[in-house]
Amino acid sequence: MDFPDDLYYTEDHEWLRLSDDGATATVGITDFAQGELGDIVFVEVEPDGTTLEQDEVFGTVEAVKTVSELYMPVSGTLQSFNEELEATPELVNDDPYGEGWMVTITIEDAAEVEALMPAKDYEAMVG
Amino acid sequence: MADTPETLQQTPLHDRHTALDARMTDFGGFAMPVQYTGIIDEHMAVREHAGLFDVSHMGEVVVRGPQAFDFIQQLVTNDLTKLYDGRALYTVMCNEAGGVVDDLLVYRVHAEEYMLVINAANRTSDVAWMRAHNPMEATIDDRSDDIALLAIQGPEAIDLVQSLTDEPVADLKFYHFLEARDGGFQGIDWALLSRTGYTGEPGLEIYCYAADAPTLWDTLLEAGEDAGLKPAGLGARDTLRLEAGLCLYGNDLDDKTNPLAAGLGWLVAFDKGPFIGKEALQEIKAQGPKEKLIGFVMDERGIPRSGYALHAPDEDDAPIGHVTSGSQSPVLEQGIGLGYVRNEDALTTPGATVHVMMRGRPRAATVVKPPFHT
Repeated sequence: MDFPDDLYYTEDHEWLRLSDDGATATVGITDFAQGELGDIVFVEVEPDGTTLEQDEVFGTVEAVKTVSELYMPVSGTLQSFNEELEATPELVNDDPYGEGWMVTITIEDAAEVEALMPAKDYEAMVG
Repeated sequence: MADTPETLQQTPLHDRHTALDARMTDFGGFAMPVQYTGIIDEHMAVREHAGLFDVSHMGEVVVRGPQAFDFIQQLVTNDLTKLYDGRALYTVMCNEAGGVVDDLLVYRVHAEEYMLVINAANRTSDVAWMRAHNPMEATIDDRSDDIALLAIQGPEAIDLVQSLTDEPVADLKFYHFLEARDGGFQGIDWALLSRTGYTGEPGLEIYCYAADAPTLWDTLLEAGEDAGLKPAGLGARDTLRLEAGLCLYGNDLDDKTNPLAAGLGWLVAFDKGPFIGKEALQEIKAQGPKEKLIGFVMDERGIPRSGYALHAPDEDDAPIGHVTSGSQSPVLEQGIGLGYVRNEDALTTPGATVHVMMRGRPRAATVVKPPFHT
């Protein structure tokens, strides 16, 4: 299982990758999460422009047999959805940290990002 | 699920599932494999080649004696006179209100011996129900712990089994079976090979003694490797049966619904004499069932799930029913489902539109007559 060092992680198995200027971030679900879910067949998120608090639901990811909610790692506004996932949701299984990204968000409070788990803590949590 | 694994029963093939690194789950009180390589992969293997399922959790109740026929005939809704030696029958058994106690298969071994195959989760209550409705005192023998069941399903399945035996399994017609004793099938003491299944594909269900199941599992997997046979779990079993439009007890059938609402009126033989629930079912038939089970395919994105509300297209404020089974169809790559709605032609006729409420948003679906995948 893969836990890239440059990402932040949540207890709900999302990852967050900060942009260079720290104002925006890309969000997806972890390798562990996609493995637990199995074949992912559907991803849907709230519309672009939706502003959400940390831990609020921003969408759902569905495997053949299960539905899981997606939680905002930090407070912010949805900027864009990975539209490739509409036709090919299996990208989340194949490349959870790359082509399987889910949304980009603008970040409201950088302190919330710093409070997320680094890779080694997340690895310890699921290990 | 908060169930502790140590309270779960294991099938005789538990070690095989562990060795294959299957993901296990609690189903009907058993630790059962949900998937080995992935639900879609296993599902497509069954549709295109063959899959091997451990369904040893199913219950087997042998009914014997001169009263066996009379006992079963009043217990179930279907007509046992359709049976002869080597013929199996799908049926339900109902309570006095017409509610479904369970759906089951009845195998006629001979005129005074039948094997009833029931759902694992209902085993204890079914056997109690049978014993409580046996005034004729037929012998009821719950053999569930001694008997294992392997299902081999898919276009290659029957040829594959035929390659392992001289018994004429390829000649079996749907819902027919043969028994091989004293080593006649793979050297084992007893096997009952049945041309039945729960996938919508041709195939066999093979009953054998628990002790013989692991070797038989290995033999079948090895023999089928080149033909594309894969072990398949309960996840694929569920998506396969749903694509085939087959009901699952606990989802689409239960004691609150009845066979007429479920579209299983063909299982109810009103002309056969008395059976439990007959009067109630006659009443329901005369009035028309209040609800009806429909199949539907999503027109919009989204996957229906059990419990989601169903609405009429012009009535998004009040539900007309609910989804009882739903999934992504691996063959159609669309959401499909079964659900109960008010019994009105405008809602139940194929081609009608219904709305599935998903996270507060209505999504359009078209009513179809299953199977979904053909």
